[in-house]
Amino acid sequence: MNAETAAQRRHRRPPTDARASRRRRARVRFVRRLPLMLGLALLIVVVAYPLVWMVLGSFKSQDEFLSEPFWALPREWGFDNYIEAFVGGGLGTYIRNSLIAVVPSLILIVLLGTAAGFALEVMVWKGRGFVLMLFLAGIMIPVQMILLPLFTIYFNLHLTGTLWPLIITYTAIGLPLTVFMMATYFRSVPREVFEAATIDGANVYRLFWSVGLPLVRNAVFTVGLVQFFFIWNDLLVALTFVNTQELRTIQVGLLNFTGQYGAIDYGPMFAGIAVNVLGTLVLYLFLNQQVMKGLTAGSVKG
Amino acid sequence: MERMLGDWRAVAILLGPALAVYSAVMLVPIFWSTGYTLFEGNAIRGFEFVGLANFVEFFEDPTALQSVSFTLRYAIVLTVLQVGAGYGLALLYVFALRRGGAVIRTLVFFPVILPTVAVALLFRRFFEAAPAVGPVNSLVMSFGGENPDWFGQPDASFWVIILMDLWRSMGFYAVLLYAGLVEIPDELLESARIDGASGFRLIRSIVLPLSLPVLLSALIFSINGTLKVFDTIVALTNGGPGTATTPLTVYMFRTAFSFGEYGYGSTIALVLTLMCLVVTVFIFRSTRRDLTKG
Repeated sequence: MNAETAAQRRHRRPPTDARASRRRRARVRFVRRLPLMLGLALLIVVVAYPLVWMVLGSFKSQDEFLSEPFWALPREWGFDNYIEAFVGGGLGTYIRNSLIAVVPSLILIVLLGTAAGFALEVMVWKGRGFVLMLFLAGIMIPVQMILLPLFTIYFNLHLTGTLWPLIITYTAIGLPLTVFMMATYFRSVPREVFEAATIDGANVYRLFWSVGLPLVRNAVFTVGLVQFFFIWNDLLVALTFVNTQELRTIQVGLLNFTGQYGAIDYGPMFAGIAVNVLGTLVLYLFLNQQVMKGLTAGSVKG
Repeated sequence: MERMLGDWRAVAILLGPALAVYSAVMLVPIFWSTGYTLFEGNAIRGFEFVGLANFVEFFEDPTALQSVSFTLRYAIVLTVLQVGAGYGLALLYVFALRRGGAVIRTLVFFPVILPTVAVALLFRRFFEAAPAVGPVNSLVMSFGGENPDWFGQPDASFWVIILMDLWRSMGFYAVLLYAGLVEIPDELLESARIDGASGFRLIRSIVLPLSLPVLLSALIFSINGTLKVFDTIVALTNGGPGTATTPLTVYMFRTAFSFGEYGYGSTIALVLTLMCLVVTVFIFRSTRRDLTKG
């Protein structure tokens, strides 16, 4: 359509008519966007409803679960189920065990992984390509492949009955992806930065600690976050190496979350699930951009 | 500069600890585990050399073959669905929501980071028939159906697993593919629109070919991940009913730790590793092709 004629026509029309046509156009746009809006609403319901149901369930009594329909709201909004989950279910112990296993592993993964990434990308030596490939191979190896030898090793070293097998295994499993991602991040740092620092008299360790590390600080944080989710959510390793109830991590504990007589205590179980989910939600609400970026970057490059 | 960055002692100090841990806890056990495949027994009972008997047993073991079939079926079906749903969502983010989609993206991504055990326990109740009737069964019954026992039938269990994993993962693939779609230059889309391409045709002739590399890596990443499925199934169906939903990972775990068969367990693990290796070779092929293109 010609711009000039459109302008002329708008000129000729009385103002009320123009407003009516604008309203009609808005209505057409609304109708056209209606399927989209409905689709989005459906998407939101599908994603959010199980979580809403979980939160409601965490306030219900056993009786309400067995005799009332699923859409009924809890009769009382007390925290009895949460208290029962922590006191009777040992949720507090499980969370403590998870923290004891995850925090040291995370520190080791990030520290060792970043140093290795620096040595493999910034430093120049023969064979670094091969070592990088060696680490890369670890990304695709299923954990099942290393469980049995590790079980034998930990047994012979008398480490069973402690959380050390988890810390050691998590550190090793986390390294391949971390090393690879850190090498990639160091690659994006211009070489001139390191050259300038060298001219100013920095040695290799200062180059790593005072120049390289601060430059990839955000990346370190992202990688740490990604590894945190992997380790915190792990079931396989924890299930293999933890054989007493007192050492169970939160995932193993939750898996065995049954009531006193082996029957399911719905309320406390829902409370246990909710604590696990809502804890992650808090972290995610603050850091969602970083989490999304980190997880997708880690996967494509892996 | 060159001499300093080539300092062997510094390389050893920075790389050494990571390489040592990685070698001791991953590389050596891989070979060790491969060695186990030639033996029968375990650390307590003692080992007996049996040659290739474990591999012969594997190919004659109906449960093992069922596990291979389940693993492949699961990997292919879930990959098609999650990458498909992710691509649909990514197109929605880019073309329908544009900049306003951040909230939706964040919401749909959230299940990705949730602990699988928690989600699986939740979905188990969601599809429950007894003693409490879950929401899904309530809905089925309100439409006049009978109270279906999802976890009592192999096919139904399979689809509940798929549904749950789709719920968990589609947001991830959506963001992954969204990142690929955003990189398509606006001018290219604009000129295609001027040439008269719109809607479905625009997607098929312009968007799809241009997002093929990232779509391919999503596919391969998905297959590689789904072949290793463990948490989901242990927590949702525990392999049942019977062994109908037992993937190789769970079968290996049971063989090794419930029955103490280290040799046979390692054989299953090796078969799984080889399956992952084949997929990974494809990753390198496809990324290398991308590099030469760029």
